[in-house]
Amino acid sequence: MLAAILIMALGAVILGAALGYASIRFRVEGNPLVEKIEAILPQTQCGQCGYPGCKPYAEAIAEGEADINRCPPGGQEGVAKLADLLGREIQPLDVEARPPQVALIDERFCIGCTLCIQACPVEAIVGAAKQMHTVVGALCTGCELCMKPCPVECIRMEPIREKIDTWKWKYPVFALRPASPANSPANSPANSPAASLERAA
Amino acid sequence: MRQLFRFKGGVEPATHKELSAQAPIAAAPLPAILVVPLHQSIGGPARPLVRAGERVKKGQRIGAADKWVSSAVHAPTSGTVLAVEERVAAHPSGLPTLSAVIEPDGEDAWIERAPLDPAALSPERVREILRDAGVVGLGGAVFPSHVKTEAARATPMEELVINGAECEPFMTCDDRLMRERAGDIARGVAIFRDLLRPRRVLIGVEDNKPEAISALRAAIGAIGEDFAVVPVPTRYPAGGAKQLIRALTGKEVPANRRSPEMGVQCFNVGTARAAFRAVAFGEPVISRVVTLTGNVEAPRNWEIRLGTPLREILPLMRPKADTDRYLMGGPMMGFELPSLDAPVIKATNCVIAGSPALFPPPAPEMPCIRCGSCAQACPHELQPFELYWFARARNFGKAQEYQLFDCIECGCCAYVCPSRIPLVQYFRFAKSEIWSRERDKKAADAAKARFERRNAREERDRIEKAERLARAAAAKAAAGAPTDAEADAEAAKKAAIAAAMERAQAQREKENARSKNTGDMIGAREKEIAETEERQAALPARRETASGVKTPDMQKEQEP
Repeated sequence: MLAAILIMALGAVILGAALGYASIRFRVEGNPLVEKIEAILPQTQCGQCGYPGCKPYAEAIAEGEADINRCPPGGQEGVAKLADLLGREIQPLDVEARPPQVALIDERFCIGCTLCIQACPVEAIVGAAKQMHTVVGALCTGCELCMKPCPVECIRMEPIREKIDTWKWKYPVFALRPASPANSPANSPANSPAASLERAA
Repeated sequence: MRQLFRFKGGVEPATHKELSAQAPIAAAPLPAILVVPLHQSIGGPARPLVRAGERVKKGQRIGAADKWVSSAVHAPTSGTVLAVEERVAAHPSGLPTLSAVIEPDGEDAWIERAPLDPAALSPERVREILRDAGVVGLGGAVFPSHVKTEAARATPMEELVINGAECEPFMTCDDRLMRERAGDIARGVAIFRDLLRPRRVLIGVEDNKPEAISALRAAIGAIGEDFAVVPVPTRYPAGGAKQLIRALTGKEVPANRRSPEMGVQCFNVGTARAAFRAVAFGEPVISRVVTLTGNVEAPRNWEIRLGTPLREILPLMRPKADTDRYLMGGPMMGFELPSLDAPVIKATNCVIAGSPALFPPPAPEMPCIRCGSCAQACPHELQPFELYWFARARNFGKAQEYQLFDCIECGCCAYVCPSRIPLVQYFRFAKSEIWSRERDKKAADAAKARFERRNAREERDRIEKAERLARAAAAKAAAGAPTDAEADAEAAKKAAIAAAMERAQAQREKENARSKNTGDMIGAREKEIAETEERQAALPARRETASGVKTPDMQKEQEP
């Protein structure tokens, strides 16, 4: 009887010590979930979610403080990914998603106040005091944070135009067309851009 | 007889090559306008070298290769550059690309060409010439040839494969080129051979082109080389680089590897000819042989200047009345040209006029029954039905696991599909979606790195400022509690200052006394002076009050 209790107690002590050691030795710095969430967020650092940057928002989601539908740049797809990761329900975005855009400084009116440079979270604006500023388009995430501080309102957002290098093949969709005897659904799937050509005489 | 290997899968569609194979290549007339896109190769776009209004000669470089993987672009004729602007590209998107618009002057005057002996040049020089002459893969992939002529360091080059298979239906441009210009091709192959130094050279030609095979053999015999011309069975896609390598050498190029790592390199016959013309005659790539065929009155091969808009070549092919679209490339892998303004580019090997009779509209897509026909037809031994499912469900990670990027989009799977599913469309969609996501991910990671660097810098600045202030505060605190010796020194200093101030005061009083200078004056005079001084003392005060009211005017009056 006593021997059994001692053996169990000894086992508990040894296992407890092992667990205690392991919790110190193999301690994980930070919350690994935060990193996974942050990898999904688009890193625009725009603050539209109400948190100062993507990491604080990721932390808030991991803590369960914030909803997953507050990131407009991530779009509905980002919400779906977060829902998948966290096992939560997919919700509609609480703010309207907007097409990708880029800031543009009207350089005729820029007075070189550097306020937008200080506001830009991703260092996409170059310039110096009393020198004209300009946005490096390739680095701009379109977060709109530079628009408000500008005292002369010379910053505007431009939607990003599709270019040949960034153009994407579309999901194969078959357009429904009214049946006509001569030219029934002439939308060949192998040659999708159904731009109509002029008929050669 | 050489042992031939078989590649798996493939299909045998009707070739329709007889339409255009009989007539010899003809030179297309000078068009009224040329629109030459500056980005005509894989790799970086060419840097524009001309401006609107400039006169150019035929063969003058108008776009320079920017990086090593990039290729130059040249003026196809002499004339005036009207503009360097965005014009619609020969691309399925129909989006514009930076192009030089040239109005020909009709003289067709060459720049000075420098004919060289290929055998006497160093390999580096030859690669430079190829790059600056804009020689790219003319089979349709437009990969810069000078990059391909560098052998892999680890593996010795064993076979050089020259691709004359031309497996796409309707297309006969390589066939005619081999029949008519076999000598140029053979000499071009010799240039590639000298650069790569392979153990043997194999020229693969589909066995439905006997005239081309005999012409090549005769030309090779004439220059005394030992290149082997190997007829390969006619089976689409025998002209795919990996399929031809497999058929001729038995080597299979693994996923995510390139053929040079296996000791094989592959060039198109048209590329070989272009390389020879570039080195031996100094002629850059300014035109190419294009098959004009399909639903037309006059199917034929034409030597067409690059940049000739589709509109200008319609009179050459004379499309029939029911033509409703134009395909660039073959019917299996080609795409519909977005507009009649799209120009001929280095990748344009064929333009097919399409009509509802020639290419009947596809029957509606039916559900996949997993019959496996597509997997049997796939020359890359992929499983298109699985890929289709993942692409359709946008499950891109899984699609990549099933080697989506090994797909060469040859269209065999869609050709055999009994449910008529446009499989290639789904694969193209999935590929471009994955590329776009990778771009976005890269951009997001870079943005995050910059954001973190900026935060770290701001944090550092804040800490440094706090430290500076703390140091200043500490110095002040140290001054507030001095030691005895310091206190003595301080007291001595204070005393000295006080003494100095006293002396100064005394001095001032003495000077005041002297300045009055009234020692020898009579009483009345003394009184007058005192009154004046009183007035003078009162005056500035009055003036100040006045100037306080109307400063600007006062100042203006005072200034002069």
